[in-house]
Amino acid sequence: MLCRTAGYIYWLSRYIERAENVARFVDVNQTLTLGAQGALSPQWAPLVYTTGDEEIFAELYCDGKCEPEHFSEENVLRFLTFDERNPNSILSCLSMARQNARGVRDNLPALTWEEINKFYLMVREAADRPHTLRQPYDFLDEVKRRSHLIGGVTHSTMSRNEGWHFYRIGRMLERADKTSRMLDVKYYVLLPDPSDVGTPLDVVQWSALLESTSALQMYRKRYGRIRPRKVARFLILDREFPRSMGYALLRAEQSMHAITGSPQGVYRNSAEQLLGRLTAELSYTSVDDVIENGMHQFIDGFQNRLNEIGVAVESNFFHVQQERG
Amino acid sequence: MFDAYCCDGFFDEVFSTGGPPRLPDLVEHLRGFSGEELRTRQRRAEALLLNLGITFAVYGDDRGTEKVWPVDLIPRIMDATEWGGIEKGLEQRIHALNLFIDDIYNDKKIIKDGVLPEEIVATATTYRKECEGFHPPNGVWVHVTGTDLVRDRDGQIYVLEDNLRCPSGVSYVLENRELMKRTLPEVFRGASVAPVEDYPERLLSTLLDTAPAGLDEPTAVVLTPGIYNSAYFEHSFLAQQMGVELVEGQDLVVDDGFVFMQTTHGMKRVDVIYRRIDDDFLDPKCFRSNSALGVPGLMEVYKAGRVTLANAPGTGIADDKAIYAYVPQIIKYYLGEDAILNNVPTYLCSDAQQRQHVLDHMNELVVKPTNESGGYGIMLGPQATESEQATCADAIRQNPRNFIAQPMLTLSTVPTLIGDQLEPRHVDLRPFILTGNETYVLPGGLTRVALRQGSMIVNSSQGGGSKDTWVIGSASGKSAWREAESSSGFENSMQSQSTGGMSQSQSQS
Repeated sequence: MLCRTAGYIYWLSRYIERAENVARFVDVNQTLTLGAQGALSPQWAPLVYTTGDEEIFAELYCDGKCEPEHFSEENVLRFLTFDERNPNSILSCLSMARQNARGVRDNLPALTWEEINKFYLMVREAADRPHTLRQPYDFLDEVKRRSHLIGGVTHSTMSRNEGWHFYRIGRMLERADKTSRMLDVKYYVLLPDPSDVGTPLDVVQWSALLESTSALQMYRKRYGRIRPRKVARFLILDREFPRSMGYALLRAEQSMHAITGSPQGVYRNSAEQLLGRLTAELSYTSVDDVIENGMHQFIDGFQNRLNEIGVAVESNFFHVQQERG
Repeated sequence: MFDAYCCDGFFDEVFSTGGPPRLPDLVEHLRGFSGEELRTRQRRAEALLLNLGITFAVYGDDRGTEKVWPVDLIPRIMDATEWGGIEKGLEQRIHALNLFIDDIYNDKKIIKDGVLPEEIVATATTYRKECEGFHPPNGVWVHVTGTDLVRDRDGQIYVLEDNLRCPSGVSYVLENRELMKRTLPEVFRGASVAPVEDYPERLLSTLLDTAPAGLDEPTAVVLTPGIYNSAYFEHSFLAQQMGVELVEGQDLVVDDGFVFMQTTHGMKRVDVIYRRIDDDFLDPKCFRSNSALGVPGLMEVYKAGRVTLANAPGTGIADDKAIYAYVPQIIKYYLGEDAILNNVPTYLCSDAQQRQHVLDHMNELVVKPTNESGGYGIMLGPQATESEQATCADAIRQNPRNFIAQPMLTLSTVPTLIGDQLEPRHVDLRPFILTGNETYVLPGGLTRVALRQGSMIVNSSQGGGSKDTWVIGSASGKSAWREAESSSGFENSMQSQSTGGMSQSQSQS
């Protein structure tokens, strides 16, 4: 497969997954804060911090220096959904995904392209309708649904060739990152008063978090009652739930091996090495380790290492002048 | 539906003035639809096109950059018997033009024998000195041709121009057909429409047939300038349909006398390049040095016979419009036959006598630059102001070689859905011809239609659309339509780094 093609496929799948997750972020925030009071009254700033886009936000919405009032629901929603100046808004993600998909249309199942194109057109149209953001939940729901549709169509019509594996690596790395960030949102929101941990309110919020990662039902089947420790274990380490960080990394690693042809436990390049190492570490970590060392620190470290893996994937596969083989 | 239909003063493909319709079955069939129903179908087709992303780029439009390719649902129909003649004529023409190009870059016999003045070749900007002395694999210079045909008011078919470089449009032929089957399925039932769906297979065979000799499994690719090119859709469509890689110049490297593409598993050799970029941009070492679209060193590999370029560089010499004027003589010279298809009568401004005639009749003639393609720089005498005519006359006097002139043709018309009425609109036709081990003419081709009333400008960039083109097979010329109607019962069916720490722009800079 062409290096450029591989890169385009990897990125288009990351962008689709990213758009889906931005929709999930907004959703979790809304569910967590709706009807809450005091410290838990609607807070939109954490969303911007969690996505890591605070600098762009500051530049665009508060002349570089943000006061709490800048983080209005309206501003944050616009920033995350339709602001084309934010490279990670849903609209920007879709626009990039579509652009990449156009560049590799010949390597995608026709239906995948068609659904990506329609997804983009849907978002574009929603962005032009003024009332979308007054009632954003139908729209956000549709974003998640379309993302799933693309996943489903691709899953059932794409040969398990290299393109597929790059598609899956992109999607899984992005998902691992975003699930970790969704866990983080919870911490931001609770930070004002740690004494709330373990209260009924807390249970409500952990459920909301599970729901926003579409994990509530599966969690219930697995563990029954809501226990923060178990929720964390489920979202970080579970090997069966497809949105857990551990599961996503395992799948990404499998695809990486499928591409390079090296057996499990062996690496041929730095991307494979870094990914294998992080996956193995996660496999042999317990949730107690995570909590003892601080969940936030853990997530931070995890995200940094995912970034390193991303950089290594780029340089090992997409931007190389290789030897003739 | 046809109450207001009027086709006086030009040739209509469906109706004859004062007589019975030429295609009574089509007319009868269309009467079965209400205007509103057709309109609904048309809208459904447009929605499909949008969803499928069947678009062409519009330069200078910063928001969309793409427009949906407009398709009109009423097909343009050609009778198989007439088509048979056209097919023969096209085969003959391409055969002769291939021999001509080979001769012109080698022995130049046609010049030595005094059939073609040397000066015309020497002054053509599309002549490529770099190709002198070269014979491409299998002797094929022009692998893919798109020849523009028009029917004048006399009912005769004329060749308007030959496109021998990178002719576009075939993807729309295939997509139009697919679209028609989805939106007007009932009209196909029982109709014996010649299929076009095997074009990609035939294109692939053509490319592989002309690979450098001695390869067991040659690798072909499509070379595109990229997603911002107006024909990008077609490039990716053809690559996809053939199952070959769609590459950009940056994906290819010349190394050790061969061309390679950069893959995730190292370099892979490329043997045939169906290139959709112009000669000028192919190889910055050979042609335009600032081209970022091409591949440095490509021409050297090509001339060493280690990669096939389709179409071959230098083929533009044969679609220069001054050379066009000589095509009947070219056919006679190489094949000893009379041309089956007529040229439009053409005045060469490089000839003093003909030039004078042109200058004296500026208000009647169409003046065209010889080296342009795509309809650029044309002056339509009857529609031009006096000062436009004067400017054009000056340009002719300054550089006579650069112009030809032709009488203004009145293109034939086909009923076209405008609002919920059918009205006549002018059309042309671009059949596609493939040349590999054998020659294949795609039955029908791309019918382009000028959607504005009275306009004869069919280019998509200027508001043109397209129609599915049917070559109807039954020799009796009867009935496919009527059968379809009675058997399908279609009357009833008509109810009608940031979030992830990274983003592409950052990491791919």
